[in-house]
Amino acid sequence: MLAFISPWILGFLGFFVYPLLLSLYYSFTEYNLLQPPKFVGLTNYVNLTEDSHYLNAVGNTLYFVVFSVPLGVLTAFIIAFLLNQQLRLRVLLRMIFYIPIVVPISATAILWMWIFNSNWGLLNNLLALIGIQGPSWLGSPTWSKPSLVIMQLWLVGGSVLIFLAALQDVPRALYDAAMVDGANAVRRVWHVTIPMVTPAILFSLLTGLIAAFQTFANAWIMTGGGPIRSTEFYVLYLYENGFRFFRMGYASSMAWILFGAVVVVTVILFRTSARWVYYGGEG
Amino acid sequence: MANIEKLTTGPAAQGRTLQMSGSALGKAVAYLAGLIAAAAFALPFFWMVSTSLKVPGDVFISPPTWIPWPLQWQTYPEAWTFIPFFSYTINTLQIAIPSIIGILFSCTLTAYGFARIRAWGRDVLFFICLSTMMIPWAVTMVPVFVIFKNLGWTGTYLPLIVPNFLGSAFYIFLLRQFFLTIPMELSDAARVDGCSELGIFARIILPLSKPVLATVTLFEFNRVWSDYLAPLIFLTRQEHFTIALGLTYFLDRDRPLWNLAMAGNTMAILPVIIVFVLAQRAFIEGITLTGIKG
Repeated sequence: MLAFISPWILGFLGFFVYPLLLSLYYSFTEYNLLQPPKFVGLTNYVNLTEDSHYLNAVGNTLYFVVFSVPLGVLTAFIIAFLLNQQLRLRVLLRMIFYIPIVVPISATAILWMWIFNSNWGLLNNLLALIGIQGPSWLGSPTWSKPSLVIMQLWLVGGSVLIFLAALQDVPRALYDAAMVDGANAVRRVWHVTIPMVTPAILFSLLTGLIAAFQTFANAWIMTGGGPIRSTEFYVLYLYENGFRFFRMGYASSMAWILFGAVVVVTVILFRTSARWVYYGGEG
Repeated sequence: MANIEKLTTGPAAQGRTLQMSGSALGKAVAYLAGLIAAAAFALPFFWMVSTSLKVPGDVFISPPTWIPWPLQWQTYPEAWTFIPFFSYTINTLQIAIPSIIGILFSCTLTAYGFARIRAWGRDVLFFICLSTMMIPWAVTMVPVFVIFKNLGWTGTYLPLIVPNFLGSAFYIFLLRQFFLTIPMELSDAARVDGCSELGIFARIILPLSKPVLATVTLFEFNRVWSDYLAPLIFLTRQEHFTIALGLTYFLDRDRPLWNLAMAGNTMAILPVIIVFVLAQRAFIEGITLTGIKG
């Protein structure tokens, strides 16, 4: 077996274990790629706690995570629920919801910059039709983050498919039983559908959270982190430190904090999941 | 009709008929809502194509012309030369083709090991393999860059290609799930006949796995075509840029020429849409499969 899995073992050691350890080491150093790393202890971590740009990036990222992830899961669930009503054209509709996520993110970013254009963009043109003067979206510090959240909702196709598969697995008999007991449509959704798809909710939340913590290309292309650093997300600031200012040590300590945060969130989600995720076989 | 209904009427049956009409209404509402949502999701693409077919002057008017006339097809050849579209495409293929080969090589072997050979510690290793999918790429980005820099590979395609020859957890998982569905008896029979493990892999398992190999190929093509961050970090010279990276040059001025940018976008998106429409089933099964473990 080892012979067969050896490509992955090498990759695992070369691209995960070694870089992770290297990154941990760099995080305790000052390293600009030109001179060898210089050990500075916890300085990077201490400096981070006082770096207002860093704290701002943390705040921006939490904002994005808190709004885009739950809204994304909800949107995906609603769309999947609608698609599951044996609609005609279901294959075509499913495709429409899925295509946005096979498109290169840079193309998506450019397209949405044009959609969010304050004078001639699609969104403000549509708002004008109902008599609303739209904000300047990406150009406004107030609206820049909500803009990126809106765009993110366009990219929920993966979760839609996961939910759709989960919905199709809900046994008909459960709905029939609920109906006999006099449950109306809303109660059937609440007491049958949602409990049965909780594993899909957990999966979408988890993958959504991990992706949202790392959000980068959208802001990098569309706003460059602006205006006034309102969309400077965690990985954006990490990238700037690493690849623009060549502060590899500082960037590495940021990376380890991010890693820690992702691990903590994952553990919490799994720990609490025993209380709200229902696996059909165990009931 | 009414009589028949009466005959079968108990309170329960009556409740049922009410429910039925309720659900017919519900279905109509769901249908309408589904269509509206789909229209909302398709609208950005419509807007993109519509803008790409306008003369520059028509781009900046409000309210907009939704369907420009006459259609300005020449925007497309203009966009094709505004950025070096052709060489960006070739560059992307130069990365995509070896990457696909690398992934097919490394991930089929590894998945075979995980799926069809019993050995001590196998399931622990597989679990570790899966958990690597959770590690943010941002965490290893800096050290991996340093490693490739020390190898002298930055500015070449090697950092984008070589890792694919060393496995990727997502595809390993996808392939393993498929390999598990092939009856073990086939392998046992071949072993009895003296076939080596590598022979079983190459002559029995792989030929039976064509559909999933196609899925992996499509996914990997799409991944390379769409990848933004890795080319951004590793490619230093503009003439090496990929499509996904080069597209942003449409924004490289104070007032972007949106009709050109949208034509460029359309051309960059078209290959993945074509691939996707042709192979929709494979894509959707792949995505759905990854969700099952959740």
